[in-house]
Amino acid sequence: MSLSRAKDLGLPLMNLVRLKGIPILEQLHLEERLLRTSSHNWCIVNDGTNVPTIVMGMSGKPAQLLELGPVMEDRVPVIKRFTGGGTVIVDKSTLFVSLICNKDDVPNVQPYPRSVMAWSGSLYGEVFKGINGFQLRENDYVFGDRKFGGNAQSIIRNRWIHHTSFLWDYNVRNMGYLKLPSRVPQYRLERDHTDFVCRMKDYIERSDFVEKTIKAVGNQFTLKQVNLKDIDSYTEAENNLKTTRLLTLEELEKAMADTS
Amino acid sequence: MALTLMLASSRIASHLRISLSHRAFSSVVLKDLKYADSHEWVKIEGNKATVGITDHAQEHLGDVVYVELPDVGRSVSQGESFGAVESVKATSDINSPISGKVLQVNKDLSESPALVTSSPYEEGWIIKVELSDAGEVKKLMDSDKYSKFCEEEDAKH
Repeated sequence: MSLSRAKDLGLPLMNLVRLKGIPILEQLHLEERLLRTSSHNWCIVNDGTNVPTIVMGMSGKPAQLLELGPVMEDRVPVIKRFTGGGTVIVDKSTLFVSLICNKDDVPNVQPYPRSVMAWSGSLYGEVFKGINGFQLRENDYVFGDRKFGGNAQSIIRNRWIHHTSFLWDYNVRNMGYLKLPSRVPQYRLERDHTDFVCRMKDYIERSDFVEKTIKAVGNQFTLKQVNLKDIDSYTEAENNLKTTRLLTLEELEKAMADTS
Repeated sequence: MALTLMLASSRIASHLRISLSHRAFSSVVLKDLKYADSHEWVKIEGNKATVGITDHAQEHLGDVVYVELPDVGRSVSQGESFGAVESVKATSDINSPISGKVLQVNKDLSESPALVTSSPYEEGWIIKVELSDAGEVKKLMDSDKYSKFCEEEDAKH
């Protein structure tokens, strides 16, 4: 869509940031900062992260969600992020797409989780059009009954973020660091990780997915590419209230000790 | 039948000091509370206040599975976030309707966050605050204004 055509349609502006291999902690810090200190809309695409990392939701308890012994032995980093939702293990093959929106720029969406997910489900429906079995199922992105994307949100007064880690491919061994969570969707039916998830690469080409996602977002927003190094000019002073953090070895050891 | 039920519920509501809006999905609004446009309620008792989220908020959020509580002693400011609830994979800020100092947090919510869902005005209270500016209450909505506000907000979507 041309800029003039987009302007004619009165589409709100969204800044597009395309990253590759950025550490997931850095990506999450960036997202939290943009959510809380920017007034712009943002689409962040990170093509893989640098090292395998476990990422838990805000309320995640390591002892309940992780096989702590192997995690500590193999020194797998564990992050607690600022959004809700469950636990994922991400690596260089994971594709990350994050959407940060002013609620007034998406007026048909109420700033509540189910409304935001209905919107995102519809957006990704465009991306996966023609691929059988795609749906938002009990708040998961699935092909049939297999999950391929973990999504989560954070909603503040006038803005929200919906971010997703898409399982392009995964290492079965890495799934072994994660326990079966206590809160699972009904459709999971007690399946372990390898029977519950699937690889997105079996359904769509990587570059195809990225381009179709950007196109789908571009149908609702006027996209403007922004480089990472220029982001400071779009935000207020550095937000020191980061809640996303890397858990220390001491914290993991204490979590393990407390369950013994 | 529907009209009879509506009239009966209005009489009961009036007796219990509850303001009911008869919409398709009406949520409970209590008459003796004040309300913020971010869907928190506050009960003022002298220079102390109790804060929680409204029935409208908990209905729209879905089942609350976690509450991030502030530390006792920290300051809160009107309109600013002091904590969060988690529901349906989302963290949602809780904004304070008034400014002051946190005197008490509802520790029951650590073990039983679902109290926010099941009893948003009673057992699901979130913080108690010592007010620093009683005049701020004037900026909040009463129950009738809040009910109308919720109806208008829902009607837009």
